[in-house]
Amino acid sequence: MTHGRTRFIAGFLVIPVLLYLVYVISPYAQAFYIAMTNWRGVNANPEFVGLENFRRLLDDSVFWTAVGHNLLLLILLPLGTISIALFFAYLLNAGGGRRGVDGVRGSGFYRVVFFFPQVLAVAIIAVLFQQVFRPDRGGMLNGPLTALGLEPIGFLSDPRIALWSVLGVLIWQAVGFYVVLFSAGMASIPQELYEAAQIDGAGRVPMFFRVTLPLLWDTVQVGWIYLGIAALDAFAVVWVMTAEQGGPDHSTTVIAAEIYRNAFDYFKFGYASAMGVVLFFFTIAFAALAMRLSRRERIEF
Amino acid sequence: MDKVSDRTTRRGARRGAHRASRQGLRRAFDRAFRRPAHRPEGQVPRRPEPSPRLSRTAVRRERKVRLGPLSHLSHAALVIWTILVVVPLAWTFLASFKSEDEIFSGAWTMPAAPRFDNWARAWDQAHVGQYFLNSVIVVAFSTFGTMLLGSMAAYVLARYRFRGNRAIYLLFVSGLAFPVYLALTPLFFVVQNIGNIPVIGPFLGLNTHGGLILVYIAYSLPFTVFFLAAFFRTLPTAVAEAAFVDGASHTRVFFQIMLPMARPGIVSVTIFNVLGQWNQYQLPLVLLSGEARDKWVLTQGIASISTSAGYDADWSALFAALSMAILPMLIIYSVFQRQIQAGLTAGAVK
Repeated sequence: MTHGRTRFIAGFLVIPVLLYLVYVISPYAQAFYIAMTNWRGVNANPEFVGLENFRRLLDDSVFWTAVGHNLLLLILLPLGTISIALFFAYLLNAGGGRRGVDGVRGSGFYRVVFFFPQVLAVAIIAVLFQQVFRPDRGGMLNGPLTALGLEPIGFLSDPRIALWSVLGVLIWQAVGFYVVLFSAGMASIPQELYEAAQIDGAGRVPMFFRVTLPLLWDTVQVGWIYLGIAALDAFAVVWVMTAEQGGPDHSTTVIAAEIYRNAFDYFKFGYASAMGVVLFFFTIAFAALAMRLSRRERIEF
Repeated sequence: MDKVSDRTTRRGARRGAHRASRQGLRRAFDRAFRRPAHRPEGQVPRRPEPSPRLSRTAVRRERKVRLGPLSHLSHAALVIWTILVVVPLAWTFLASFKSEDEIFSGAWTMPAAPRFDNWARAWDQAHVGQYFLNSVIVVAFSTFGTMLLGSMAAYVLARYRFRGNRAIYLLFVSGLAFPVYLALTPLFFVVQNIGNIPVIGPFLGLNTHGGLILVYIAYSLPFTVFFLAAFFRTLPTAVAEAAFVDGASHTRVFFQIMLPMARPGIVSVTIFNVLGQWNQYQLPLVLLSGEARDKWVLTQGIASISTSAGYDADWSALFAALSMAILPMLIIYSVFQRQIQAGLTAGAVK
C-alpha cells in the first residue's frame, strides 16, 4: 500500500512539476542573471557586467517616462474602476425598492451587459477602440464631431490626450467585472443590517458608507490589487492601440512595452531583463504596500 | 498568514457550494415570514399592497411614487453605461457591412447594401478563418492539459501528506506573484532550445502549436493548482475512504470519485482558463513569429491586421474580422453567462 502510494504521488506530480520548472521557474531564475549581462543580438556571447544595466536604466529617460505612466495608471485605474463599479453595484443591489435595500429593476440585465467586455480579448478591444478613436470622419467619435463642424479630437494622436484614451479603454473593460464582483459581495451582506440602519434613519448614501463599504472592504482590497497589477501591465492596449506602439512621442508607453521593444525589436536582452527585474520589484512592492495600507480589522458577519 | 488565507479559501469554496441552496431558502423564508413582520412601524404603506389583480400600470405608478427622483437618476446612470458598452460593439458590427467609401464618408451612415463580401474577404484573404481554427486547436489542447495536470497536482498536494508537499505547493503558488514580462526573454530562449532537441524538438520549439500549448499549460498551473487544491480540501474524506476499503487504487479513486465530486470547482477553473488562454496576446506574440503566420492565433492575427495596416489596408475586412472575433464570444457568453461570471469572479473571491 505505501509503495503504491509513493508511486502514485510521484506519478501525479512529475509532469506538472517538470513543465512548471522548465517553462516558468527556470525563465524567472534566468531573468535575474541575464539582467546582469550585456547580452545583445541572438548569437553574441554575453558577458557578466554586474549592475551596469541598472545604472544605465537610471539615465534612460524613455524608461522613466514609462515608469511614470505606469504609476499614473496604478493610481487612476483602480480609483476610477472601483468608484464606478461600487456606484453601479450599489445601485443594482440597493438602489431600488421601497426601503432602499432592493436592486433596481432590470439589475440582472445590466449586470449581463456590463460584464461582457471582460469576455473579450484585450487585443481585440484595442483594435476596436483604435477605430473608435480614429481622427477622420470614419471614427466613431470624431465622425459626428466633424459632421457638426467641430475640430476632431486627437484621442490617439495628441500626446496630451493619448494616455487618457488608454486609461478610458482599460476602465471601460474592467468595470463590469468589478460590478459583478462587488454585487456578489453585497448580496452576502445580511438584509437585517440594512434594516437596522434604516430604522436608525440612515438614507441610502450614509448607508453605503457606514454599512456597505466597511463590510465589503475585503473584496475592494482584492479588486484594488488586481487592478494595480493590471495597471502595471497594460501591454496589449498600449502595444496594439496607440500610435507607434507607445507613442506618439512615448506619451503612452509603459514598462511592459519597453521591455518588449528592447528585447524583440532591439535584441538588447540583458537590458530588457533588467527592466523586467525592476518591474518585478515594483509589482511586489505594490502588492505588499496595498496589503499593508488597506489592512483593517476584519468584520465578521 | 498562510493559515488564515487557507481558512478563508476553504470557507469561500464551501460558501460557494452551498450558496445557491441557502439563498433560495432565505428568499423563501423572507417571503413567508420576515418581510411583513419586520416592517418598521412608521413605514406602513398607506395603500394596501398591490394585489396581483391590479394592472401593471397601476403597479408601476405606485412604484414611481415610492422611489422618487433618485431612481430616475440611477436608471439614467445605468442606461448611460449600457450605451457606452453596447455602442462601440454595435458600431463595429455595422461597419463590417459597409464598403470602404461608406466607412470613411461617415461613421454613422447605414450601408446602401450590406456587404457580405467583407466577411468573406476577412475569412479567406485576411486569414481570420485560419487564425480562428488555430486558436480553437491551441486552447482545446492547452485547457484540457491544464485541467488534467492541474487537478492531478492539486489533488495530491491537497490530500496526501509527504515530505516536500508544502514546498511544491508554495512553488506553484509563488507563480501567481510574478509578472510575465520578467520571464519573456528567457522563455523565448527556453522554447528555442527545446526546439533543438532531436525527435520532439520540431513539435515543441518556436513557431509550433505544441510549444505554445505547453507554455500555456505551465503558466496556467499556478492559479489552477491554487484554486483546486483549496477545493479538494473542502471535500469530505468519507467517500474516498470507503472506496479504499473496497480495494480501489489511488488513481481510480481520483478519477472516478474525487474528480466528479470536485465538478463545480473544475467547471469554474475551466472557464477561467479557456477565456484566459483564448484571449492571450503576449505569449503568442513572442513564441509565434512573423515567419509562421499560418500558426498565428486569433488575437495576434487581428492585432497584426491593424498594426501593420498602411494605406492599402482593407478596413472593411478589419471590421468584419473584429466582428468575427466578438460574435462567437457574444453567443457563448449569452448562453453561459451565469457560469462565466461565476468562473471569472471565483478567482478574485478566493
